[in-house]
Amino acid sequence: MSNKSSWTGRVRAATLEKFEPEDLLPEVQPAYVASWIYIFGVATLAALIMLVASGLYLTLEGPAWWHTSKVGHYVNSVHLWSVELFFVFMVVHLWGKFWMAAWRGRRLATWITGCLAFFASIITGFTGYIIQTNFDSQWIATQAKDGFNAVGIGAFFNTLNTGQAILLHVSLLPLVLGGIVIWHVILVRRKGVVPPIDEAGE
Amino acid sequence: MAHKRSTIDPSKKWNGPVRQYDLVKEIVIATLVVGFLALSLAALFSSPDEKALTMQSWSIEAPADFAQTAAGELAGTTTSASYGPPYNTNGSGQNIGPVNLGKIAGVRIPIDPAKSFVIEPLSIEPSSAIKAAITQWSSASADQSSKWATSYADALTKDGKVTTLADPTGKFGPVPTLVTGLLGMAQSGALDGALTTRDTPLPTNFTKPLLFLADSGTYFPDKAAAQHLSGDQWGVMNETGSWPGQSWLWLYSLWYQIEPFKSSGNADILVMSLMGVLSLGLIFLPLLPIISRIPYWIPVHRLIWRKWYQRKA
Repeated sequence: MSNKSSWTGRVRAATLEKFEPEDLLPEVQPAYVASWIYIFGVATLAALIMLVASGLYLTLEGPAWWHTSKVGHYVNSVHLWSVELFFVFMVVHLWGKFWMAAWRGRRLATWITGCLAFFASIITGFTGYIIQTNFDSQWIATQAKDGFNAVGIGAFFNTLNTGQAILLHVSLLPLVLGGIVIWHVILVRRKGVVPPIDEAGE
Repeated sequence: MAHKRSTIDPSKKWNGPVRQYDLVKEIVIATLVVGFLALSLAALFSSPDEKALTMQSWSIEAPADFAQTAAGELAGTTTSASYGPPYNTNGSGQNIGPVNLGKIAGVRIPIDPAKSFVIEPLSIEPSSAIKAAITQWSSASADQSSKWATSYADALTKDGKVTTLADPTGKFGPVPTLVTGLLGMAQSGALDGALTTRDTPLPTNFTKPLLFLADSGTYFPDKAAAQHLSGDQWGVMNETGSWPGQSWLWLYSLWYQIEPFKSSGNADILVMSLMGVLSLGLIFLPLLPIISRIPYWIPVHRLIWRKWYQRKA
């Protein structure tokens, strides 16, 4: 048991003591967890792993490397196709969870963190598109600035400042997205997989 | 058909039948399969890389458009010269009702296009004629310099094909010298560096050249239209060539294709605000009275959990 008079004890009570090992990494699942739809959640995570791996490779070599290196162009292509797969899997996963009404049973926070991961992914993907240092990135950056400027965000996030976008894309946003995804997965494990909608309609 | 009350409480820990499920094996296999898919797609279809445009490419490929835009920057008639926040106070920005969020955020990226895009870069040129033209421009009243530049910009645009015009009566002042000087600087490649290295010799911020390029009347937008990237072509969600782009931005792009957004002077703030509301709607969808009931009315879940329902039956 935690000593809740200390800050450490309170943090332990609010985190580690909330979980049983068999909840975090169970070896069995309810019998209803038997459908093609469950593939898309884990496939989204797998695509994210590919995105991080290919992104790290590009980061190590620098933002303009892929224009002059065949290997670099291939790694950039892997990054592009990983993001396309990532969004396809995530959108199917999201639709699946909608039709399963997966927020039932006090799973609202799981739904919300999933949506936040979706939006954080869109912003992260967008910053990736404007740091390509080619014509596409020039056009997208100049067009998108008007939307951000109109709502005041452009004063702080300047799409034409490539250096700012690079730092956001490779440091801050992956941290934010990674944190939300970890939070989302922990909630899924803690709450368990939502059971089927009953014939009575609940 | 007789209905019975729910026997499943989704908030309780599951105590019913279970099946073996190896989560670690699942993520490892998924990563291998998705990894193979991504590596294969990359090998088969590669990725696009249209070379970036430069001041040099613009001034060589479309010198008349470059000269018109440069004259427009001096006249204060280009998009960025009349933009407003966050670049300057020359425009009012966009409103949603009485609210102007751009003005509230303020001018945090100060850009005076005449100074930033034309006069400052030219100030490093050694030509005495250009130095004299800068002195004449800088010492003139705002009204006088505006008259010179506006009349020259109008004359260049009216002709449409030339980069300089004769000025026997001196009605254009130093503007033809400034524009011709900037064109020469751009064609030599020196302007690309001059626009980005004023603050640091190792630039990462391309706000000035990109804003200048975006003011182009034909060069930049024509290149984009040829790659189906214009706003009325669902621009931002497309990619150059035939590659898939940010297709997940389809709903954002959709609003720009339809009224009242399409022709509104406040389209950007209206679309951004609408998307903000819709995003909040998605986040809090489980709390919305009608939409959250749709999964119960349209039984897609019967397909998803068909094995479970068959087993129950």
